[in-house]
Amino acid sequence: MERLLTVSLVLSGCLIVAILYSLRRAHIRVEYSLSWLAAAIVVFVLSLWDAGLVTLGRFIGIAYPPAALASITICVFVVVLYRLSMIVSDLKDNNVALAQKVAALEFHLHRLEDGREAATSRR
Amino acid sequence: MSDRILLLIPAFNEEESIGHVIVEARQIVPELDILVTNDCSTDSTAMVARRAGAQVLTVPHHLGLGGVLQAGYRLAYELGYDYVVRIDGDGQMDPRDIPTLLSTLRTSGCEMVIGSRYLANDDGHTSPVRGLGIRFFRAILRPILGKPVMDPTSGFVGVNRRALEVFSNSFPLEYPEIEALVVLRRRAFHFLEVPCRIRPRRAGRSTITPMKSVYYIVHVLLGVLVNILKFERHRWR
Repeated sequence: MERLLTVSLVLSGCLIVAILYSLRRAHIRVEYSLSWLAAAIVVFVLSLWDAGLVTLGRFIGIAYPPAALASITICVFVVVLYRLSMIVSDLKDNNVALAQKVAALEFHLHRLEDGREAATSRR
Repeated sequence: MSDRILLLIPAFNEEESIGHVIVEARQIVPELDILVTNDCSTDSTAMVARRAGAQVLTVPHHLGLGGVLQAGYRLAYELGYDYVVRIDGDGQMDPRDIPTLLSTLRTSGCEMVIGSRYLANDDGHTSPVRGLGIRFFRAILRPILGKPVMDPTSGFVGVNRRALEVFSNSFPLEYPEIEALVVLRRRAFHFLEVPCRIRPRRAGRSTITPMKSVYYIVHVLLGVLVNILKFERHRWR
């Protein structure tokens, strides 16, 4: 139990450091780092706070604390991934709409240019 | 004033066939405007299409069939077209059927007319696996649409301006044909099928694999389900 808590403490601590480092280097935007940071902090706190983990484990019906920690960690990261899928979907929709708009604008521009060239050659 | 009609041809790497499709369509219905929506082809599709006399709308990166079709529908709506006929760029559909599609669209009052491979010919010249998939979707769509549809995956369809308005705002992005029918049904729009001829591809090969077919079925079923949920929510308001 203690070794597991130490491992999860170290891993979640590393994740927090990695997120903060990525934020500093602008590899990840603040709005997309929040859910990862929140998830890492939840795991970090539960790894430090035995009594809290035991209480939470009983609350969700898992009496064995390591299993409770694993389940909670999985749930937290599933929520993070779900949120990211929503963000990616939104970005994809915006990207498609933007690409369609750019294509339409280029189309109109070419038509204007062709019209101008035709008018010039008629003169 | 006469109606403005656009022939919309979505194309991705169709340089070997697109020119023939455009020339053939122009010979049969000279009054048509022709727009090729080029899905960022890596070959000379756009150049061949322009040389054959079509206008070309090129999207800046590959969007897939639904995305590039919607780009065409949006532009057609903006430009004020009354009717749009969509035909594939591989030359499988026979442009001689365009007048039938258009006259049915004008006289029936339906928002969409589908050129069906299966009304003239029972097997529609498709592979047994594809035939099985089409039978499956016919059975799924029958209660949703309130009437049978013989060729729900047809890429030869005509729409009027009302459907064009809907498609320019809401159109499935990946596998559009079946979901588009449900999108129209949500608005209580109507469709009709007319027989059309089908020919072998002029060039290239179909990219459909068994894995892609399974993904297609799951994707389309989920898309249909989502549209039904939207339909119910709309009705309960």
